[in-house]
Amino acid sequence: MAVPFDSAPKFQEYARPQMLVSTDWLAEHLDDPGLVVAESDEDVLLYETGHIPGAVKLDWHTELNDPVTRDYVDGAGFARLMSEKGIGRDTTLILYGDRNNWWAAYALWVCTLFDHPDVRLLDGGRAKWIAEERALSTDVPQRPHTDYPVVERDDSEFRAFRDQVAAHLGEPMIDVRSPGEYTGELLHMPDYPQEGALRGGHIPGARNVPWARAAAEDATFRARKELEAIYQDEVGLRPDDDVVVYCRIGERSSHTWFVLHHLLGYGKVRNYDGSWTEWGNAVRAPIRRGETP
Amino acid sequence: MTTAALNPRLQEIAEDFSSVPAKDRLQLLLEFAEELPPLPAKYADHPDLLEPVPECQSPLFLAVEVDGGDVVHLFFQAPREAPTTRGFAGILHAGLDGLDADEVLATPGEFSSQLGLADLVSPLRLRGLAAMLARIKRQVREQRS
Repeated sequence: MAVPFDSAPKFQEYARPQMLVSTDWLAEHLDDPGLVVAESDEDVLLYETGHIPGAVKLDWHTELNDPVTRDYVDGAGFARLMSEKGIGRDTTLILYGDRNNWWAAYALWVCTLFDHPDVRLLDGGRAKWIAEERALSTDVPQRPHTDYPVVERDDSEFRAFRDQVAAHLGEPMIDVRSPGEYTGELLHMPDYPQEGALRGGHIPGARNVPWARAAAEDATFRARKELEAIYQDEVGLRPDDDVVVYCRIGERSSHTWFVLHHLLGYGKVRNYDGSWTEWGNAVRAPIRRGETP
Repeated sequence: MTTAALNPRLQEIAEDFSSVPAKDRLQLLLEFAEELPPLPAKYADHPDLLEPVPECQSPLFLAVEVDGGDVVHLFFQAPREAPTTRGFAGILHAGLDGLDADEVLATPGEFSSQLGLADLVSPLRLRGLAAMLARIKRQVREQRS
């Protein structure tokens, strides 16, 4: 049985209203058959301190990444992971997490590379659920294992690699890091590593739109009109643009990827997950410092 | 694998971690997070006295004191919403607070590899623990000189 969509008026304005659910909706549908909630956090212990009742944990660092190569798990690895979590190919997967859903958006983006048919984000994430004093549980659910099919990852549509970014110079590109990271004026203490990159600055031509501008105070996404005012009126992006987004390792840019692709309906948005930790370390990669794109 | 010598308290912590199954190690880390003592008023009221540790993924601040008897006292501030970072601080507090400066300085920089957390927590997150230790040792050296 298909899990219904959240018909909240705010979502109906977005290009793909079905990609979001509200905390109200989730509280009502927690026990729906065919629905699994997964928490994906920056802090690997946060789930253990209490999570949405019935939610499983999905960790980007230790589960969605290949343990050796800097890449995501392959089709067989993803199938194994989803099966162990009790997530089937026909499961409606609701993702949420800390830090304004950075890692949840990242997990959603990775699920998209595997073309999981129905994956949605909890608007406002963990912070909003807790702010509303909704139920939390420390019980770790044991969901029956599923038989998730092996689907090979398709990186062609939504993922950008370094050589593709190099060929994209001069085309629309958004650097979603903080202004200090963008200009290259990193705070640093002598002898201590910072940001994991040897060089500071940004990819030439990239405009700086910190991810947080798309988020409201309560960690929910801003309304469509507000998002259009930023990305279209101010930055000049158009829905048919070919856009690359990046940050440091691709988690904050997943948030902006979600905004541009799912909320504003841009057809071609790719997340460059190599991001600054690749570009800022690559020999001879062109870099611009300061505020000029 | 060769392991550098740890002081007895850190050694015990490392043994606690390695003696439990992997799935219980995160729970143990959570216990360290919960046991981290709150900041005393002299620091809570003067956050400017604390040193930030930007290598941690979540905000962490620390202060180090070396008293007249060459004994090291450690103070940490980490938000409740960042239990992993708090857990790292808790380990360092439990393992180093109240030791002689020489013992603190002798702590191997890579001691976190003996906790068996790399696969569970990820090397990137563990960098925060190494950074905290490096800053503590630097402050101890500065205050002694």
